[in-house]
Amino acid sequence: MSLIHEIDYGTPASRSERQVTLTIDGRAVTVPEGTSIMRASMEAGIQIPKLCATDMVDAFGSCRLCLVEVEGRNGTPSSCTTPVSPNMVVHTQTGRLKDIRRGVMELYISDHPLDCLTCAANGDCELQDMAGAVGLRDVRYGYQGENHVRARNDDAINPKWMPKDESNPYFTYDPSKCIVCSRCVRACEEVQGTFALTIEGRGFESRVSPGAHEHFLDSECVSCGACVQACPTATLTEKSVIAIGQPEHSAVTTCAYCGVGCSFKAEMRGEELVRMVPWKDGQANRGHSCVKGRFAYGYASHRDRILNPMIRENISDPWREVTWEEAFSHIATEFRRIQYQYGRDAIGGITSSRCTNEETFLVQKLVRAGFGNNNVDTCARVCHSPTGYGLGQAFGTSAGTQNFDSIEQSDVVIVIGANPTDGHPVFGSRLKKRLRQGAKLIVIDPRRIDLVRTPHVEAAYHLPLKPGTNVAVMTALAHVIVTEGLAAEAFIRERCDWSEFEDWAAFVSDKAHSPEVTESFTGVPADLLRGAARLFASGGNGAIYYGLGVTEHSQGSTTVMAIANLAMATGNIGRPGVGVNPLRGQNNVQGSCDMGSFPHELPGYRHISDDATRDTFEKLWGVTLNNEPGLRIPNMLDAAVEGTFKGIYIQGEDILQSDPDTRHVSAGLEAMECVVVHDLFLNETANYAHVFLPGSTFLEKDGTFTNAERRINRVRRVMTPKNGLADWEVTQKLAQAMGLNWNYAHPSEIMDEIAATTPSFGMVSYDYLDKMGSVQWPCNEAHPKGSPIMHVDGFVRGKGKFIRTEYVATDERTGPRFPLLLTTGRILSQYNVGAQTRRTENVIWHAEDRLEIHPHDAEQRGIKDGDWIKLASRSGDTTLRAQITDRVSPGVVYTTFHHPDTQANVITTDFSDWATNCPEYKVTAVQVSPSNGPTQWQEDYNDLSNRSRRIAGKIQAAE
Amino acid sequence: MSHDQGREKLIRMANQIATFFMSQPETDRAKGVATHINKFWEPRMRRHLFECLDEGADGLMPLVVEASTLIHRPSSQAKPGTSNGIAKPL
Ligand code: SF4
Ligand code: SF4
Ligand code: SF4
Ligand code: FES
Repeated sequence: MSLIHEIDYGTPASRSERQVTLTIDGRAVTVPEGTSIMRASMEAGIQIPKLCATDMVDAFGSCRLCLVEVEGRNGTPSSCTTPVSPNMVVHTQTGRLKDIRRGVMELYISDHPLDCLTCAANGDCELQDMAGAVGLRDVRYGYQGENHVRARNDDAINPKWMPKDESNPYFTYDPSKCIVCSRCVRACEEVQGTFALTIEGRGFESRVSPGAHEHFLDSECVSCGACVQACPTATLTEKSVIAIGQPEHSAVTTCAYCGVGCSFKAEMRGEELVRMVPWKDGQANRGHSCVKGRFAYGYASHRDRILNPMIRENISDPWREVTWEEAFSHIATEFRRIQYQYGRDAIGGITSSRCTNEETFLVQKLVRAGFGNNNVDTCARVCHSPTGYGLGQAFGTSAGTQNFDSIEQSDVVIVIGANPTDGHPVFGSRLKKRLRQGAKLIVIDPRRIDLVRTPHVEAAYHLPLKPGTNVAVMTALAHVIVTEGLAAEAFIRERCDWSEFEDWAAFVSDKAHSPEVTESFTGVPADLLRGAARLFASGGNGAIYYGLGVTEHSQGSTTVMAIANLAMATGNIGRPGVGVNPLRGQNNVQGSCDMGSFPHELPGYRHISDDATRDTFEKLWGVTLNNEPGLRIPNMLDAAVEGTFKGIYIQGEDILQSDPDTRHVSAGLEAMECVVVHDLFLNETANYAHVFLPGSTFLEKDGTFTNAERRINRVRRVMTPKNGLADWEVTQKLAQAMGLNWNYAHPSEIMDEIAATTPSFGMVSYDYLDKMGSVQWPCNEAHPKGSPIMHVDGFVRGKGKFIRTEYVATDERTGPRFPLLLTTGRILSQYNVGAQTRRTENVIWHAEDRLEIHPHDAEQRGIKDGDWIKLASRSGDTTLRAQITDRVSPGVVYTTFHHPDTQANVITTDFSDWATNCPEYKVTAVQVSPSNGPTQWQEDYNDLSNRSRRIAGKIQAAE
Repeated sequence: MSHDQGREKLIRMANQIATFFMSQPETDRAKGVATHINKFWEPRMRRHLFECLDEGADGLMPLVVEASTLIHRPSSQAKPGTSNGIAKPL
């Protein structure tokens, strides 16, 4: 294995279809029109010296190192900013060019600290490389003049010198090494879209500055690391590189945080991870990343990680470390005892959206083939199950229709119930880039999310609806489109069932669905809604992106159908730039759904009652499968409380923290006799566990994740599992202990079984993925290269189905006792329940969950910014601190749920989506009042957590 | 959760499904409710639903009652210790 070196072509690729041929140093080169001379040379294998150019960002032309001579032209144009033209004849190395370049380098070096041997960039510094490339041999100016290098010149203080900025936990800024190439500034603008950096001052005075001369940590910077990656010197450097040194080998893998599924090179020294660098060929992220994927991997070696299996008889006992064999045989005995005593259906399993496809496949196989029932579910239940149901009904398949590249061709984008700049940052950056190019944005969200107004981006419309009224707003949009004659009739006639469309059109045309009528309960002004509808229907390629703000409602599935209706009615399906795009939360939510994690369906979304599908698996597995659907997570808990469900194997999920109505979840878990938690840490659910199986991180195993665009990405093992076994091996050994004859030697064999049984994965294998980089399912004989866009020549189900979407107010209503509506969300630096990110330096950005409340509501209650408040609903109460902001409307409050101390789900109720039981997280009626500390529940709970983290013979690990 | 709360929740879930299908074209309503429940409700839940129905359908929307003829009645209660050979204690 060696370090993967990606070629830097100096300037971005041109998209032109027209080709131009020219001659560079006697070689004929053909490139797309608009390509720079620099890039064309690199493609011909000739590397022109450069400093300020890199193919991440547009050329700027400031360093004057890349000069070339062009026959028939005067002077020495810079090759990074000069486009090729037909029959041009270019020389990259002449006496004149050599002299100029040396002169340029001499100037740079005269104002640079020459501590190369001890510099963190030693071996990876473009300034060094260029000094070598141009043959710099001496510096005539000496090093004594004006400089940024030394704190003192002789005895006087050097006003130009600036100290290192080490405020960011992951990288340092050392201004003394800066060559003011502005690559970082452009990366922040063009790639990340945050505009946190500027070049301050002019000429020799100039220096890079975050914000208005602030520290990085205090500036707008979101720590994506694009600037660090762009910097050619050690000025911006990962602290891990400073601490460890340069990496010596690397492997391409996939981020284990969110559903964007960014590809990274994990750069290693031995088994130590030096840094993660986004991979340019990653087709989801195109070389970009966010703070989590690039930097927040420290949890993998956190001291809280549990490395040995543990058992305890009662949840009040301390844990006892045992061998793997003991743990497996204990579980097998217990599970079989429970089944004998309470019936075959008394146990079940939960698959993880954080684990690989292969691991998820094995857990559902263990449940179906080993437990002999279908009691398997996944935490996707609590996020995107309505997407599966709603899109399945409308289109015939339950996945997003586009790839992420599609955004580059969108003209109008609706973002509803999602906050991409925080939840799906790399997609957020790609979206902002398109918006800066002129695409229009419509935001439908109770809260003024960042996208509504951010540097160089402003939404054309923000519809600030009341939480819980999504269906009414989406149906009103359809009302305007249909009644104003804006529907795409030709598309509908060709692609959809016309009589269903007519039925639906009559339904939405009813006056009751007009924006003027719905305004009274949605809170969205009618004229705004009409404007947004017209823009979406007539503004060109229209794309809809949505998140949990759509699905986590009692009408989540209905809203998904309304979104599908809107896309079909405007003809926005089946080509680049359009489509319906669920933004998935966790890294492998898509994959865990694909792999048959739901109790009613086998891998590939085939219902358990389908004889032919069962037959495929029965033959291969040598068992008879139960043809009845199994229990979903909330039903498992209900059944546990009722006394008919007694044992569970939970892989990589923390249902106590992620599922609604914590008290109900804890009551359910407490009623069980054998709770097995398989995770990295003693998570909150483990407070109720009898067996703990230590898990492995994505760095320690091979496998695949499937991202929100259905892209199957490889995960590659770069270190030995600290706990001894990869998660798939743990499940396999558990299955063996239960008497199943499993013998997978490598996850690739599991993928082969998936491909053999699941038509949409027909051609997927590790060899094929190595060859293709990644593929989007369906990937089979009919689509050998995978399927970037779905429903291209027609819907999977045949004709697109329009479905009536009647708004039904949720039962969760405000009243005198609970007059405010609580809605929940997430922020950039933390991830889901935070078990990983809280164990990294990311806590610096989000040490606690806060409750956002409008100034008006706060004043009424005598609450000031930062005060402790009590948040109460009919389910329970908790305390946290208030943050006063007009991002939320009066009557609405908002919080995140990243910290277990907050226990936000003590507040949420057990109401759920009508079709899928996806919990209604996004609307809870609450009251807020001043408070002076944690509630009794929080104290009791803390107590329980502390007690249940005791391990016999060990000093208690504090979090 | 007591037995009553469990039952209350089940009734609410059934009614939520019926409420959605009430808004659909007439011909799809009962069939829609039944198909949905058959597809997604584990036998234990359907058994409880039939208990409610058999005891007079208190609190259930008429559409649920109408659909009940199309809902699969689960086979008799699965008894502990009797399941198809799989549940031998080890
Ligand atoms: S880390 Fe990202 S956001 Fe921060 S300054 Fe660098 S490019 Fe900008
Ligand atoms: S910090 Fe790095 S990338 Fe930015 S201007 Fe200085 S040398 Fe260039
Ligand atoms: S968290 Fe998401 S956006 Fe950030 S690097 Fe990972 S996959 Fe990419
Ligand atoms: S690389 Fe072209 S001017 Fe700097």
